[in-house]
Amino acid sequence: MTKRGNELFLQVYGVAVALLVAMAAGSVLILIFGQSPANVYGVLLSKTWGNAHGIGQTLFKSTPLIFTGLSVALAFRAGLFNIGCEGQLLVGSFACALVGSALPMSTPALLAVPLAIAVAGLAGGALGAIPGALRAYTGSHEVINTIMLNFIASAAVLWAGNRFFFVEETTHTAEIVSTAELPSLGISGSALNGSFFLAFACAGLFWVLMDRSRRGFELRAVGLSPLAAENAGIDVRRSIVVAMTLSGAIAGIVGANFVLGYKHYFEEGLGRGMGFMGIAVALLGRNNPIGIIFAALLFGTLSNGGLEVNAFVPKELIEVLQAVIILAVAITSATTQRALAKGGAS
Amino acid sequence: MSDVFGAVFSVYFLAQLVRTAAPYVLAALGGTISERSGVVNIALEGKLLVGAFCCAVGAIESGSATVGALCGILGGMVVGWLYGLAVLRFGADQIVSGVAINLLALGLTRYLLKLFYGSTANSPPAPGFGDSVWRNVLLYVVIGLVLAFQFGFRRTRFGLRLRAVGEHPEACETLGLSVLRIRWMAVLIAGGVAGLGGAWLALDNHAFVANMSGGRGYIALAAVIMGSWRPKYVALACLLFASAEALQVVMQVAKVPVPREFVQSLPYILTMVAMAGLIGRSRAPASLGKPHERG
Repeated sequence: MTKRGNELFLQVYGVAVALLVAMAAGSVLILIFGQSPANVYGVLLSKTWGNAHGIGQTLFKSTPLIFTGLSVALAFRAGLFNIGCEGQLLVGSFACALVGSALPMSTPALLAVPLAIAVAGLAGGALGAIPGALRAYTGSHEVINTIMLNFIASAAVLWAGNRFFFVEETTHTAEIVSTAELPSLGISGSALNGSFFLAFACAGLFWVLMDRSRRGFELRAVGLSPLAAENAGIDVRRSIVVAMTLSGAIAGIVGANFVLGYKHYFEEGLGRGMGFMGIAVALLGRNNPIGIIFAALLFGTLSNGGLEVNAFVPKELIEVLQAVIILAVAITSATTQRALAKGGAS
Repeated sequence: MSDVFGAVFSVYFLAQLVRTAAPYVLAALGGTISERSGVVNIALEGKLLVGAFCCAVGAIESGSATVGALCGILGGMVVGWLYGLAVLRFGADQIVSGVAINLLALGLTRYLLKLFYGSTANSPPAPGFGDSVWRNVLLYVVIGLVLAFQFGFRRTRFGLRLRAVGEHPEACETLGLSVLRIRWMAVLIAGGVAGLGGAWLALDNHAFVANMSGGRGYIALAAVIMGSWRPKYVALACLLFASAEALQVVMQVAKVPVPREFVQSLPYILTMVAMAGLIGRSRAPASLGKPHERG
């Protein structure tokens, strides 16, 4: 087998093992609850991919995961760990809703939609730039800073919302103007909307930027070896700030799915957990846009299936499955990488 | 304002402070020992949660708070074992594994809660150690642990080895020390101590509540950094963070016009400032987060 083929085989093998482990662990939990695993997994599959509405909902749930997966992957390829998607998507969505609702009614859609998306990206990017700059200029680790910023962002949004922006007696903002809305794709009443295509566009841009552009090459070089990159004349500090800013911006655009495409306002708690899931998606998708889309579909399927299996077993089963997949993939990717390294040395 | 000062220096405030700080201290001590050996501990949150759950189940089923606390320790150690399996045995990424374990703890405790007690929100009432924090035997265990960690790190052979493994694992390997074994011990102790922190939460609350750790594991992680990986400073950082939280309650009663959310964010903001400013004076163990390949 060629080296490339060998690598692909090991990666697919790793993911397959992880899925099997998760299914086995899930089966145990289903059995102790006195249900049949085959039945529960059958329902999970048929309700998510078995009819048009299910498919639409599954794709809708996968959309934010494509964004957060790309976000984590971009930082990761530059050697950085962005655990801050959670906060970035929060401020992005919030800013998106504020701008969307502040626009005059007569704003043409061609202006309103891109503007709202750009603001979401800017807000998320700004929150990403902070840990980027701290890492680049003080050496303080981005993992801790992004975790801290998740909490700070969530407190700040709640405060600002309660104080100034939430509609009285609610935890949501006013509705955005109708021209800023992303159209529903009209699949059997599902929430799937135009942001699904936006996610694919982002994945395409990600590929062009990271694999086909000079800036992307620089970012990857910094990720592989900051010292070597520095010696090659790359501005490592700037690259770190750029990577974290872009990563935050992609996470911020998640707001488009919820705010512009679905709810049409910002609501407290929206998108919660999507940021952490993005880490799993990036890991499972090997930081590659196509892989990320598939991984997002898998996790989207699970998220959507949770409500459907709730009739048989507590929907928390899905959280357990997702967690076990992440843990198992973390393990198999470490072991396959070691196997590959060994193969390369001989 | 005088109301606030009066309230701050009351016995009630002090009790509130100690009650809030204890689980932070326990989780943060766990984080400290693990990180000192070179293993990042994002999974503190999950250990707290599983510890709280196991403690509640143990206390409810046996009717004894002591049994509950022991179950909490055991639960935390099981999580520590799982974490060790992933990152030590298989060399998986420590941050990803930590995030996964936190998700797992969140889902699994609720799933089992439903299985055992038919609710995904909270358990039936559990016995505790009484309502006075000063008569709570666990409080003296916490104080003892802080002293033991402080002394153990600096004055015992295990402490020296622990710190050496965290700074330069290759050198330790050369001297015939088993890096993995010391890290395993650190990770298991971390699990047990953080599990006891969870037990404190469940016993203090007289029940297990879904997601009752509520981000405390992350605050504890922040305290580890604020305290620059030294047990006594870590404990002080926990007291500082807890006092911000206790102060918030007092300020609310006294109607001081400072947003609650700002006070809640203070530990996180302080940690970021400390991390950005203190580099050079305080630094993480050198091998933190790097898997060890046996030579």
